Amino acid sequence: MSGQHSTYEPKTGFTRWLDSRLPIIRLGWDSFIDFPTPKNLNYWWTFGGVLAMCLGIQIATGVVLAMHYTPDAGLAFNSVEHIMRDVNHGWMIRYIHATGASMFFLAVYIHMLRGVYYGSHKAPREILWILGCVIYLLMMATGFMGYVLPWGQMSYYGAVVITNLFGAFPIIGKGVTTWLWGGFAVDNPTLNRFFSLHYLLPFMIAGVVVLHIWALHVPGNNNPTGVNVKSKEDTIPFHPYYTVKDGFAMVCFLILFAVFVFFMPDALGHADNYVPANPLQTPAHIVPEWYFLPFYAILRAVPDKLTGVLAMFGAVGVLFALPWIDHSKVRSMRYRPAAKLFFIIFVLVCVGLGFCGANPPDKPLFGDGGIGFTLGDANLNSFVWLSRFLTAYYFAFFGILFVLGFVEKPLPVPDSISTPALSEKKG
Amino acid sequence: MANTVLDTTPHEAGHGDPSRRDFIHIAAAAGAVGALGAAVWPLVDQMNPSGDVLALASIEFDLSKVMEGQQVVVKWQGKPVFVRYRTAKEIAEAVKDDNASLKDPATDASRHKDGKAQWLILVGVCTHLGCVPNFGGGSFGGWLCPCHGSIYDTSGRIRSGPAPRNLDLPEYAFLSDTKVKIG
Repeated sequence: MSGQHSTYEPKTGFTRWLDSRLPIIRLGWDSFIDFPTPKNLNYWWTFGGVLAMCLGIQIATGVVLAMHYTPDAGLAFNSVEHIMRDVNHGWMIRYIHATGASMFFLAVYIHMLRGVYYGSHKAPREILWILGCVIYLLMMATGFMGYVLPWGQMSYYGAVVITNLFGAFPIIGKGVTTWLWGGFAVDNPTLNRFFSLHYLLPFMIAGVVVLHIWALHVPGNNNPTGVNVKSKEDTIPFHPYYTVKDGFAMVCFLILFAVFVFFMPDALGHADNYVPANPLQTPAHIVPEWYFLPFYAILRAVPDKLTGVLAMFGAVGVLFALPWIDHSKVRSMRYRPAAKLFFIIFVLVCVGLGFCGANPPDKPLFGDGGIGFTLGDANLNSFVWLSRFLTAYYFAFFGILFVLGFVEKPLPVPDSISTPALSEKKG
Repeated sequence: MANTVLDTTPHEAGHGDPSRRDFIHIAAAAGAVGALGAAVWPLVDQMNPSGDVLALASIEFDLSKVMEGQQVVVKWQGKPVFVRYRTAKEIAEAVKDDNASLKDPATDASRHKDGKAQWLILVGVCTHLGCVPNFGGGSFGGWLCPCHGSIYDTSGRIRSGPAPRNLDLPEYAFLSDTKVKIG
């Protein structure tokens, strides 16, 4: 894939025969065995492997669950309970699938933030980054539609709120929502199409993952110094060094995964989703799954409906432009003290937005409402105002990165990957 | 010999009249785009409401089941419809606020049928993001949406919160004093 000389030598008669017809073993060998990889990759780089594992787990458990699930508004809820109570190992398979979605998003957020911190989105890896953003979008669509399938109260009203977002657009909004629903409200046709698409999209993700790895193997991995690979001294073969490192990370990740599956399977879900969907009664407090909370907070921070929807989509859309926004010549923030500071604040702001999204907007931050004063349409001492400040920083961060590209004075960057490792302990 | 003749004739014709070849290219491309569109459209349009969904367009409801001050929620086109028997006090409050500062100005009289001020019939879907508002919540004697805190008054008009419009009115007609046809 990388255009480098292949070191694969078929040893048996059969592999020689195969290699001259379909060099698939050579492809695997060049991509995952002898692929030259920077020797200084840290554990933040293991999440690519973890994510591939997550996708595999979700597809395997999902295909099995589909053998027992019924996508019908009258039967879906009971078929999920049937999986939980009657199907052999059904409870475990479903808990793995449901927890797996959260684990998948946890890993992808770490993977994305690692990319931003070490400048992995910068030239010549822009396409690699954009393909990653496409995967993330597909993941969000898949995760959302999967959450609708159990047809509980949270499923139903999650579907109602998300599909209604498209209704915010003038003129086309109403037609688009009716088209998405297949009726005049979220109902059986909606559930059926969400099931169909929930089954389809993971395979599309797998397809884009292949492109993502292809685009990775053309320039090769970035690394914590952000300095290009200069010589053979800078690299080691992918196997056994990174197969073992990635494997160890996967095992550690699976321990966390298993803790959730076996000891607190419902900790990341909502009790209301064990109540069958009722189109006539909305639960008292609806919130999305934790991995959508920051975007939900951005949506609610803006008082105008359409602007709020645009801000929420824009929060994801801006990621696509990041390779051109963050134009500093120095890739790794290890050598960009100012950018590093603003990056750490950005991570905290994202967590803070998630916290805001989990709380009712008018709830006071401190005390029971006696403190604070009204500013504009809400009390300053409330989650809605906190989420406004955090939303402002979320978007400002990208502007700051753009400006820093001109004004920041970076620290000295090592000449090569091997230099800092030989001259100093920590780069 | 024959080859030379065959070679030059179309060549010269092409030079003399280039628009004929261009026309064929454009016509072929336009035809292909048209055919593709015709093939894709059914695959897109199949997601729109099907015949049986459209057929459930109207329902009839017996108002004698509703007591004064009570609200009954009926399902119409998959959506909740609030049928409210308003008290005289609630009607008075709604009329009093006709000239208040409203986000989506409407008089109370425009929100019920003439002479039937006690019957308020609304689509029970918040105009923000589609949740079902609860009656009795909020500070205007009407509905409070649990999702994002929109507050509606006793006429179903938006008074506070992110919702852009008043609660929608379904199409309905009184068949008799106690029977209403929604849709």
